[in-house]
Amino acid sequence: MKRTDGSAGSAPPLPSQEPIRLVDPGGNRVGEGLHPTPEPGTLLALLRAMIIGRRFDRQAGALARQGRLAVYPSSHGQEACQVGGVLALADDDWLFPTYRDCVALVTRGVDPVEVLTLLRGDWHSGYDPESHRCAPQCTPLATNASHAVGLTYAARRKGRDTAALVLMGDGATSEGDAHEAYNFAAVWNTPVVFLIQNNRWAISVPLEKQSAAPTLAHKAIGYGMRGYNVDGNDAAAVHSVVSQALAEARAGGGPAIVEAQTYRLDPHTNSDDPQRYRDDAEVEFWRARDPITRLEALLRGEGRLDDAELERVGAEAERLAADVRERLDGADGLDPEDLFSHVYATAPAMLRRQRQELLDEMRRG
Amino acid sequence: MAEISLARALNRALSDALADDPDVLVYGEDVGALGGVFRVTDGLAAAFGEDRCFDSPLAEAAIVGTAVGMAMYGQRPVVEMQFDAFALPAFEQVVSHVAKMRNRTRGRVELPLVIRVPYGGGIGAVEHHSDSSEAYFTHTPGLRVVTPATPADGYSMLREAIECPDPVVFLEPKRRYWATAELDLPARTEPMDRAVVRRAGGDVTLIAYGPMVATALEAAEAGRREGRDIEVVDLRSLAPFDEETVVSSVRRTGRAVVVHEASTFGGYGAEVAARVTERCFHYLEAPVLRVGGLDIPYPPPKLEEYHLPGVDRILDAVDRLQWESEWVEGSADGRSTRQHTGVGA
Ligand SMILES: Cc1ncc(C[n+]2csc(CCOP(=O)(O)OP(=O)(O)O)c2C)c(N)n1
Repeated sequence: MKRTDGSAGSAPPLPSQEPIRLVDPGGNRVGEGLHPTPEPGTLLALLRAMIIGRRFDRQAGALARQGRLAVYPSSHGQEACQVGGVLALADDDWLFPTYRDCVALVTRGVDPVEVLTLLRGDWHSGYDPESHRCAPQCTPLATNASHAVGLTYAARRKGRDTAALVLMGDGATSEGDAHEAYNFAAVWNTPVVFLIQNNRWAISVPLEKQSAAPTLAHKAIGYGMRGYNVDGNDAAAVHSVVSQALAEARAGGGPAIVEAQTYRLDPHTNSDDPQRYRDDAEVEFWRARDPITRLEALLRGEGRLDDAELERVGAEAERLAADVRERLDGADGLDPEDLFSHVYATAPAMLRRQRQELLDEMRRG
Repeated sequence: MAEISLARALNRALSDALADDPDVLVYGEDVGALGGVFRVTDGLAAAFGEDRCFDSPLAEAAIVGTAVGMAMYGQRPVVEMQFDAFALPAFEQVVSHVAKMRNRTRGRVELPLVIRVPYGGGIGAVEHHSDSSEAYFTHTPGLRVVTPATPADGYSMLREAIECPDPVVFLEPKRRYWATAELDLPARTEPMDRAVVRRAGGDVTLIAYGPMVATALEAAEAGRREGRDIEVVDLRSLAPFDEETVVSSVRRTGRAVVVHEASTFGGYGAEVAARVTERCFHYLEAPVLRVGGLDIPYPPPKLEEYHLPGVDRILDAVDRLQWESEWVEGSADGRSTRQHTGVGA
């Protein structure tokens, strides 16, 4: 792709206008093409994680409505993107999630209560990023994308083939930070896959007002990387394409953008009022393209799933939800003194004095 | 008279400005159909059409950058940053272009634009939604930085900001959006670059702005019950700073406490304290004190009460102002019988 004479080098192929799909909304296998359908065991794992993720998500939504979380941005309807993307990661790879990606974190194996720490109003991001290879959830849009580029660059210097998956929304792709990260990744040839969950809305702003590109995946081409347009409600397709993109990237083929076409079925957060900006008909259209029923239908149709197995997964999901309710209710262990402990490696005198003043103030009541 | 909230008054100011001047444009993230996450732009797109009030792509740097271009070509853009911390991607545009265009072009290009920024905490929001970023802006010459504390000022100052030939960073105290006052609109209050005395008192001046004005007034009321006669000055304009109003108050009272939500170290209060000290040194009975947030990242939101200055913390500071009654054995009623000893007292 290097060019020194001003002529265009070889460019990666344009993303398909039709999203890559391996399982149709009715649960039937469709053309394999360049992307193999995952093995039945993987398909079962995808379904299982989506069912558990959805139960977790519903539980978190309920906790937010009860005021036990400060806020909750729902993943409902986007499970195939988050689960398909995360299960494609190797253990040593890193995940860079946003506020929207709690289901991705639960799928990655992070303790669900720790996933909700920030959202319940604690002052820190909960889980230990190192032990799960998951960066803290990021709220300033697109600002963590370059972190993934730097991290994978550093990993390569240390002789590792660590790759990273960056999750971002369609709206976030408009930020300057997104463009800068795409460009750095391509120029440095770092193994990063940017998975754009195009759920069609950035709070109240529809995709048409966000981008004039044929697809968001097309953006990849301008940076000299591969772009894939995928059915984001087809967990098999997301998993297959992300796995392949990660493998290519790891082998030195450079970063990629994977755009997953999906939909945010719930409000932006529990405090949003979508009546103000979108029609129920659109929501119903997407509700009928549910990622879970699709995969369930496929596996049932092929005799790989029965009621007993579904019941077992359902019971596991219920146990997880009950555990979240119970532990979130427990003492939250918040201590104002901790606010001073991690601002610097060691608290400077000024902060130690402030801590003492606060303790005195609290003692006086 | 009607009960009008700050959010409503700001909405009316935008609406009246759009009606009065065809060059006024309102845009940003979610300001159209949604009416803004705080509903400050509610109904404007419907009333004035999509070419006067509209949603832009999601990119703060380009929102402010395009506002620069629009203002260069005769529009009066009023852009919204959704939350304090989300104005930061636009910071380069603000510092390198918005603030400097007039000076770089020897006055030939002016930028009559307004950047609205909901700021401050106390609303129970998660991280990045409660920051106080005023000092970043006030440190930048060329910007006017103002912040209303009341619905009447919300209306009047926003109208004036839109009419102003200079760029204005308009900081809206989000925890006061829903506070109401009896008001008839349109209303014009004091010019936006003047501080005002919100409550007269003889013993000490509390200098506050934006979200902390109401808290300072509460503290003054509580202080009265403890025998302190507290004056409250609402700065309204942070840059430029109305030194005359502040200095004349402190020269009368002889004591001053600056109050803000932002972290204390390197905060706006340091500038105020320095200026008051320079101009009032001989009138002061005690050092000028600052009551600000702790010097930690904003702790959202379960512990925010420990971070944010409240009535008690303000009155504790007032108590530390070397009151004679506390040094003079047997002072009768706990009231100060202080006499100014400085030059010109
Ligand atoms: C830099 C920045 N600007 C604004 C916001 C406020 N905000 C939070 S979420 C959001 C919409 C994001 O839409 P999208 O990227 O499509 O992701 P989604 O929420 O739909 O998952 C906005 C504007 C923010 N978090 N960061």
